[in-house]
Amino acid sequence: MKINHSRLWSWLVAILILAVVLALLQASGQAFWQGIVINVGIFIILTVSLNLSNGFTGVFSLGQIGFMALGAYGSAILTLPLREKAEYLPRLPAWLAGVHFDFFVGPFPLGFMLATLIAALLVALVALLVGLVLMRLSGHFVAVATLGFLVIVRVILFNADDFTRGSRTFSNVTPYTDLWWVWVWAVLAIYVVWRIKFSSFGRTMFAQREDRAAAQAIGIATMPPRLLAFVVSAFFTAVAGSLYAHFITSFSPTVFYFDLTFRVVTMLVLGGMGSVSGSVIGVLLVMALAEILRRIEDVNQLYGLSGVVLAVIFILIIVFRREGLLGSREIPFDRLWQKGGANQSAVISEQ
Amino acid sequence: MPLVYYALQQVINALSIGSLYALMAVGLAMVFGILRLINFAHGDMMMIAAYIAAFALGAKLPLPVAVVIMLGGTVAVGMLTERVAYRPLRGAPDVALLLSSFGVGQVLQNGTLLVTRLMQKPILIAFPAPEVLSGAVALGPLTVSRLNIVSLSAGVVLLVGLTLFVTRTTLGLSMRASAEDLVAARLVGIKINRVVTSAFQIAAALAAVAGLLFAVQAGQINPYMGFTPVLKAFIAAVIGGFGSIAGAVLGGFVLGALEVLLTALPGLGDLLPPGPVADFFKTFLPSSLTSYRDAFVFVALILMLLLRPNGILGKDERET
Repeated sequence: MKINHSRLWSWLVAILILAVVLALLQASGQAFWQGIVINVGIFIILTVSLNLSNGFTGVFSLGQIGFMALGAYGSAILTLPLREKAEYLPRLPAWLAGVHFDFFVGPFPLGFMLATLIAALLVALVALLVGLVLMRLSGHFVAVATLGFLVIVRVILFNADDFTRGSRTFSNVTPYTDLWWVWVWAVLAIYVVWRIKFSSFGRTMFAQREDRAAAQAIGIATMPPRLLAFVVSAFFTAVAGSLYAHFITSFSPTVFYFDLTFRVVTMLVLGGMGSVSGSVIGVLLVMALAEILRRIEDVNQLYGLSGVVLAVIFILIIVFRREGLLGSREIPFDRLWQKGGANQSAVISEQ
Repeated sequence: MPLVYYALQQVINALSIGSLYALMAVGLAMVFGILRLINFAHGDMMMIAAYIAAFALGAKLPLPVAVVIMLGGTVAVGMLTERVAYRPLRGAPDVALLLSSFGVGQVLQNGTLLVTRLMQKPILIAFPAPEVLSGAVALGPLTVSRLNIVSLSAGVVLLVGLTLFVTRTTLGLSMRASAEDLVAARLVGIKINRVVTSAFQIAAALAAVAGLLFAVQAGQINPYMGFTPVLKAFIAAVIGGFGSIAGAVLGGFVLGALEVLLTALPGLGDLLPPGPVADFFKTFLPSSLTSYRDAFVFVALILMLLLRPNGILGKDERET
């Protein structure tokens, strides 16, 4: 494959700018803004991977947050130090009770990284099995069936007391997650999904989304691209779950349910189903709006206000601009340094 | 023979819960049949009805008046959602309609939260159960709660009424025609908007009745109470065959029976006289399984979607 140097440079420059911004934020010591930026990063991972599974393939899954929950609980059980494990999860089976991924290599929490990877890989395996069954369905039946998956995950988390403490809060998770962890994973997720979009696999995803019969007629199988999207999406969603767990440090199964699903779906639909840069913009806009509304809500004790406003905006988008802000197009930031890049229109399609 | 009474009791439970599911599922199926919309906000219609009823009964209005207000209010909300969030999407992809109904659900839930907040009420409201719906009556050796009797009879009366409506009246017939083929129905002069509006009205009214009964049963209401019932109603509708009214009724009762079985069977080991049979139940169906009931129900849903996506009574249609 020919390496396109100008694009590579664009990615590097973008990452460098991001790193400088993060370093400045880290140095400023503003805990509030650091928290916001960590949340933005986690939601970017969630939305970009939801875009891969739902936006690219058109198979609307509502169960992704179930993968997030599994990733969160899985990695948190793995990283919990021995003493906390004995105290909070006394009935863990022996093979799990002795495991503690809380070791460091120098200042680097290698255990956390391994726990995240192991949890995410296991979740990807679950997604493969679930996907083999569910990706056969289409249209609204997928939505209902995947919602069923979300409910099943929740019921299991609530009842598997020995592993999850059931409905009681799972707490005392070590707060490993910081700006760097989140944003390295976020950049990786964006990069992978972006590369998938412009790969031949990505094109088959879009092809069977646009016209399944026509795609099949020219020899594109439906299952492989759908399954690939579903599994990769589940992997990154589980990573986001792990990051989230080690950020908020205490959580219960209720966190990972429909409210969060709807929040991420709103970000996806606002940005545009099929657009990676759209997802990033969607996250930024919804987060900013939600934060402002939350302030108003708290000051005036008008709980429910932010939910109403966000949902009304969501309906307005669905009714008046169904393709969201960008549709399937991208902001070609990786072409801005290309010859004539500045002369091209700001938003172009690469398809 | 206490075991027979136990079984009979469970049958009554199954019929009563089944009729609630049937009432909900029929509303979903009617709207789905015509618009191909899985109306996720249907459970929130139920919730709205419960709140209106709670406020009306809380203001010491007599039950019939409260029920009329509840029906009127819920039907009005149902029509409004159709007009605002679904009608502009006529002809849009299925997923857009589904997403819009998610949005409607969120507006209704958070709106209710906001309104109770403005009225200085707590989030969780104890439901003021009316006299006729509380307590139990003795039927021979059985004690049956009044609520179960009312649920079952309300379900039967409303569903029979609905059947008569869709088979004997012009509007009902045009509704079935639209569900069969929307374009052809329009060609023969059926006013689609009128049909859709009536479908939403009927669905909302049925959900309102289910909501009232559900609230009495639960004893308390909150803005999120519609979520699980609407999922159950989906399952009922899928079991019966989505889009078919008779199928939805059947699916409701099948689901009720399934749930009661899943609750009753695991507990059986503790009830039976000690012996090998009781031991069998205790080993393979311990009562702790009961808490996994919803998971089993959803596994059943997924199996149903895969193996028989058209349900028991559904019409044969090729899905893309």
